[in-house]
Amino acid sequence: MAAPAFKNGLVRWIDHRLPVFSFLHHELHDYPSPKNLSYWWNFGSLAGIVLVIMIVTGVFLAMHYTPHTAYAFDSVERIMRDVNYGWLIRYIHMNGASFFFIIVYIHIFRGMYYGSYKAPRELLWILGVVILLLMMATAFMGYVLPWGQMSFWGATVITNLFSAIPLVGDAIVTWLWGGFSVDNPTLNRFYSLHYLLPFLIVAVVMLHMVALHRFGSGNPLGIDVKGPQDSIPFHPYYTAKDAFGAGVFFIAFAGVVFFSPNLFGEPDNYIPANPLVTPPHIVPEWYFLPYYAILRAIPDKLLGVIAMFGSIFVLFLLPWLDTARVRSAKFRPTYRKFFWVLVVDCIVLGYVGANPPEGWFILVGRIATAYYFFHFLILLPVLGLIERPLPLPQSISAPVLKPAEGKA
Amino acid sequence: MRRLISAVALLLAFGAAAEAAEGAKPPAQHWSFSGIFGTFDRASLQRGFQVYKESCAACHAVNMLFYRDLKGIGYQEDDIKAIAAQAKVMDGPNDAGEMFERAGRPSDKFVRPFANENAARAGNNGALPVDLSMVTKARVGGPDYVYGVLTGYVQTPAGVTLMEGMNYNAYFPGHQIAMPPPLQADGVPYQDGTKATVEQQAKDVVTFLAWASEPTLEARKQMGIKVLLFLIVMTGILYAAKRKVWASVH
Repeated sequence: MAAPAFKNGLVRWIDHRLPVFSFLHHELHDYPSPKNLSYWWNFGSLAGIVLVIMIVTGVFLAMHYTPHTAYAFDSVERIMRDVNYGWLIRYIHMNGASFFFIIVYIHIFRGMYYGSYKAPRELLWILGVVILLLMMATAFMGYVLPWGQMSFWGATVITNLFSAIPLVGDAIVTWLWGGFSVDNPTLNRFYSLHYLLPFLIVAVVMLHMVALHRFGSGNPLGIDVKGPQDSIPFHPYYTAKDAFGAGVFFIAFAGVVFFSPNLFGEPDNYIPANPLVTPPHIVPEWYFLPYYAILRAIPDKLLGVIAMFGSIFVLFLLPWLDTARVRSAKFRPTYRKFFWVLVVDCIVLGYVGANPPEGWFILVGRIATAYYFFHFLILLPVLGLIERPLPLPQSISAPVLKPAEGKA
Repeated sequence: MRRLISAVALLLAFGAAAEAAEGAKPPAQHWSFSGIFGTFDRASLQRGFQVYKESCAACHAVNMLFYRDLKGIGYQEDDIKAIAAQAKVMDGPNDAGEMFERAGRPSDKFVRPFANENAARAGNNGALPVDLSMVTKARVGGPDYVYGVLTGYVQTPAGVTLMEGMNYNAYFPGHQIAMPPPLQADGVPYQDGTKATVEQQAKDVVTFLAWASEPTLEARKQMGIKVLLFLIVMTGILYAAKRKVWASVH
């Protein structure tokens, strides 16, 4: 790490003792990135931006929120009505969760399409799955805090899943609740953990960044950077590209926050929690619907819970389940088709999860669940061995230079 | 791929069928507060407040509202003081340790018709009149649904037997509702010459309840337009900057 000569004397003085400026220079300016990254590579930095937005709005919400069953619902409404710009902060936080998942899901599917999890980026991928798990826990507990009907019943249904564990299940559920039903102790611990987990996410994101910067970003061609002609410095090229992408994202985000802020929400959650009245359909937030469909696809409670957690756990094994040597789906014509089938499969699972398990939904849910696991456990290992990939380009700059003749 | 599309279409059709079983979808109405530029029609809000006071407030609370909030529907300080003063608020304890009744103040919450849920049920044949302060946000279909229920009291279809004390409603889930038809033609004497049909009263009171559910709606939409305009310009500049930075790479 050759320290650049900083012009400013103070910066030089600090950098000599605490090399933060050298570090930033090294990780932003010197950090070589493939020159062919598409806009699909914007979603990593976007997720980071949304994480910061969530933490900042969350800290301000916490100043006005009361974690008590008798006051939680009213305190949220007080934020909406009487706290200056409270409605804005709360709608940003509430919709920010949904947008966080949209971004992260796109980021994950990007990784799957381009084989970003393959050697030497296995740990980078695994850290990403850890972030997803932490996000899910955080989002679930956050949804409980407004203490509406869906908060309460969602918490009841999900915590009850642990009762499926043989022998100790019921004891674990009582321990999670801090009592014999979802009640004030549950709300209090969820609030505490909802405040804690985002900072764990920040920590894992930092590890994710360390792992990323070890070998740099993958790229749409899935071939390694072969020399300086294949790469450009992250700054200013990708800072400019990410900033533009962030602008487009903020337009979509603001559109929902200001003009349809309850788009992703359930109307039932504007009814205060009532342990005596069960809502007709208990549904989780949209980003949990595919897992919910998997849970309900299996008639046995314990196996259903195992399948639901397994649907995420399988992602940890993805770098080894996919036996193909070629990273990018661009050069894997068969895999490319099955990739889109998996995307559709996940959307179907989400649709099934949103509907009551009756009639055709049961069958469709089971087929989609079976296909999900088939894709990862059978299709990927086999396909990697039998598929004949298309010839790879010599280097990143080779195909970048070529179209200059053909296309204007 | 075609098979997939037809499978998805099939799924959507089943979803629609499941919805139909639960109750008819109330027809969409035109609301002054919908759309990007929507604002609450002030005259309708004030008429709606009158309908609420005279037709709903005997049973239904709006627990989230304070009298001071009425500024948002166009009342002046003095009007609000006068409106609040009509209510009797239990306060105390005073220096002698006793609770006492006093006239309401703008800083008071809207006084509820019943002291608690049990009193409300006892006074309504066992049914609980819901708190209306969030009702347009807390129901699928929002304002259209509330309007649908208010105007949806139709003749009980042949073959349907209602439970004792229940009324038939076209849009209420399950069609049996404990609340008798709350609005009557000319049931509320409007001051501004508007004809007080059931539909007009329903429209006005739903407008009022939509405001009660979200008094910050206008501030939200007005800020949203400015924010979007800013973001569109900023994103345009960022795009130009990106093109400039990348000019040498392509």
